[in-house]
Amino acid sequence: MSCVQTIQDYGLRSLGLGERLLPKTDFTLCEHFTLIGSGMIWNIYFGIMAMVTGFFLATALAMGKASSNKWLRKPSEWFIFLFRGSPLFIQFFFAYFFFLSLKKPYPMFDSFTSAWLGALIVLFLNTAAYSGEIFYGALRSIPKGDIEAADAYGMSGWSRFQRIIWPTMLRLAWPAYTNEAIFVFQSTTLVFFSAFPAWQQRGDALYYASYFADKTFNPFVPYPILAFYFILLTLVIVWGFGMVNKHLNRHLPAERKAKMRFRLNLAR
Amino acid sequence: MFSYCSDPDTLDTFRWFSCYLTNGVHWSFYASFLKVLALLAVTAPVALSFGFAGAMSARSHFPPFSWLGKTYIAIVRGVPDIAFFLFFVIALDQGFEWIRHKVLCPDWTDPIRQGNDFLVCQAAKLPLGTSPEWVHETYGFFLAVITFSIVFGAFAANVLFGGMRAVPHAQLETAEAYGMSRRQTFWKILVPQMWVYALPGLSNLWMVLIKATPLLFLLGIEDIVYWARELGGTKTSKFTQYPHGDWRMWYFLALLIFYLGMTRVSELGLEKLMRRLSHGQATSGGELLRKETTA
Repeated sequence: MSCVQTIQDYGLRSLGLGERLLPKTDFTLCEHFTLIGSGMIWNIYFGIMAMVTGFFLATALAMGKASSNKWLRKPSEWFIFLFRGSPLFIQFFFAYFFFLSLKKPYPMFDSFTSAWLGALIVLFLNTAAYSGEIFYGALRSIPKGDIEAADAYGMSGWSRFQRIIWPTMLRLAWPAYTNEAIFVFQSTTLVFFSAFPAWQQRGDALYYASYFADKTFNPFVPYPILAFYFILLTLVIVWGFGMVNKHLNRHLPAERKAKMRFRLNLAR
Repeated sequence: MFSYCSDPDTLDTFRWFSCYLTNGVHWSFYASFLKVLALLAVTAPVALSFGFAGAMSARSHFPPFSWLGKTYIAIVRGVPDIAFFLFFVIALDQGFEWIRHKVLCPDWTDPIRQGNDFLVCQAAKLPLGTSPEWVHETYGFFLAVITFSIVFGAFAANVLFGGMRAVPHAQLETAEAYGMSRRQTFWKILVPQMWVYALPGLSNLWMVLIKATPLLFLLGIEDIVYWARELGGTKTSKFTQYPHGDWRMWYFLALLIFYLGMTRVSELGLEKLMRRLSHGQATSGGELLRKETTA
C-alpha cells in the first residue's frame, strides 16, 4: 500500500472519516506519521478554541482581581486559585464525572460528557485562570505615567481602558502569554488520558502514539514522531505570537522594544 | 474498624460513613496519599541534583559537555511532558532488561526485537517472574521516580542555569582577583549566591511537580487517582457491605481539595524560605528586608 493511499485512508481518521479499522500489524513509518498527524487535529482544535474563548474570560478575571470592589475581587481570586492550585489532570476527571452525574437527571448535558465539549470547557476555564494571572501581573506593571497621562487627556472609563490600559497590558503580558499558549497546546494531550473516552478510537496525537507503542512495544518510533509534530507546532506558535508582539510594540523605538524571551514550558 | 460496624445495614448515616471510610480498601486509599508524598520527597532532591549536573554541564567550556547539557534542557522543552512519561517508562524498562540480557545471557543468539515482541532471556527479566509482589510494586515506583527526575531535572537545569548567569559578574571577577581558581570561584562564590536568583523558578517548579503527581496513574502505579476511580465506582450489595451509587465525582472533589491544600501550604512555606534567602542580598527583596529592620 503506497503512502498516498495511507494518507487518504487515515489522514482524517481522528474525525471518523476514511478507513474505520486502525492498522493492526506490520506498521509502516508512513502509517505512524499519518495517524499521529491526524490526531494533531484534535490538539489544535482544543488549543485554539480554549485560547480564543479563554482570552476574554482572562481579561475579565484580571480586571476583577485588580478591582477595588470586594465582590469582584474575591470571586476572581478564588477562581484563579482554584484552577491554578490543582492539577489539570484531576480537573478533567472531576469535570467528567460531574457532567456524568448531571447527565442522568438532565439529558441536555449529554454532549458535555464527550471530549469535544466537556474537555474544552475545562481547558477554557483552566487557561482563563492562568492567563488571568498573567494579565493581572501585567496590569499592575503598567507605568503610572501612562494612566496619569490618560487622565490628563480627560479619558476615563471605557475609552481609557480600551485605548490605554488594555493595549499596554497586552504588550507587557505578551511574552508570558506566548508561553501560556505553548502550555495549553501541550496540555491538550491529557484529554484522552483522563476520563474522557475516545469514541470510536477518534483520539488525539498522543492517543495514537500510545496506541502504536502498545501494539509494537517499541516506544522509540511513535513518541519521537509525536515530539517532532509538537516541536513543529511550538515553532508555529512562537512565530505567530512573535508577529503579534511586533504589532503590539510597533510604536516603540527599536531599543525599548520588549524582546520576546521564551522561558521553559512546564507541565501542570 | 469500630465494633458497631459488624452489620452496616442497621446503621444511621453518620455511623455508616464512619465505618465506610475506615474499611480496608479505604486504608489502601489513604496509604496511596503517602505514596504521592514519598514520590515528592524522593523526586525533588534527585531532580535537583540532575538539574545541577545539567546546568554545570551546560556551563562547561568543553564543547561536548556543553552540547549535552543544552540538548538535555532543550529536548524537554516543546514536547508535552506526559509523552515523556509514557515514553520513559517503557524505554527505561527495556533499557534495563537489554543491559541485563547482554550481561547475563551472552550466548543468546535470537534477535531481541521479533516483530512486535521484545524478548529477553528469562534470567534478564525485570523484576524476575518469581519475585514477590512488593518487588514488582517497588520496581514500578522506582521507574516512576527516575522518569519524574529526568523530566523535572531538565526543568531544574534550565532554572539553575539562569540562576548561575544572574549572579553579578563583578562577584566572579573579584574572586578571580583574589586569586581563586575556577573551581573555587564556582563552589565558594557562585553556588552560594545563585540560590536566591533561582528560587522563584524553583518554587514554581515545585508547584508544577506537585501538580504532576497524578500522572503517576499513567505509569501504572496504584496511586490516589487509581483508588479514587476504584472506590468511587458504583458498588452493589453483591460485592460489598457498603453499596452506593457512582461517587467518583466526590472522590475527585476530595483529591482536588487535597491538591489545593498542598499548594497553599507550599506557597506559605516558600514565601518564608524566600525571606530567609533574601537576607543580606543585593536584590530588591533583600533591600526591602533591610528597610524593614532599620525603620
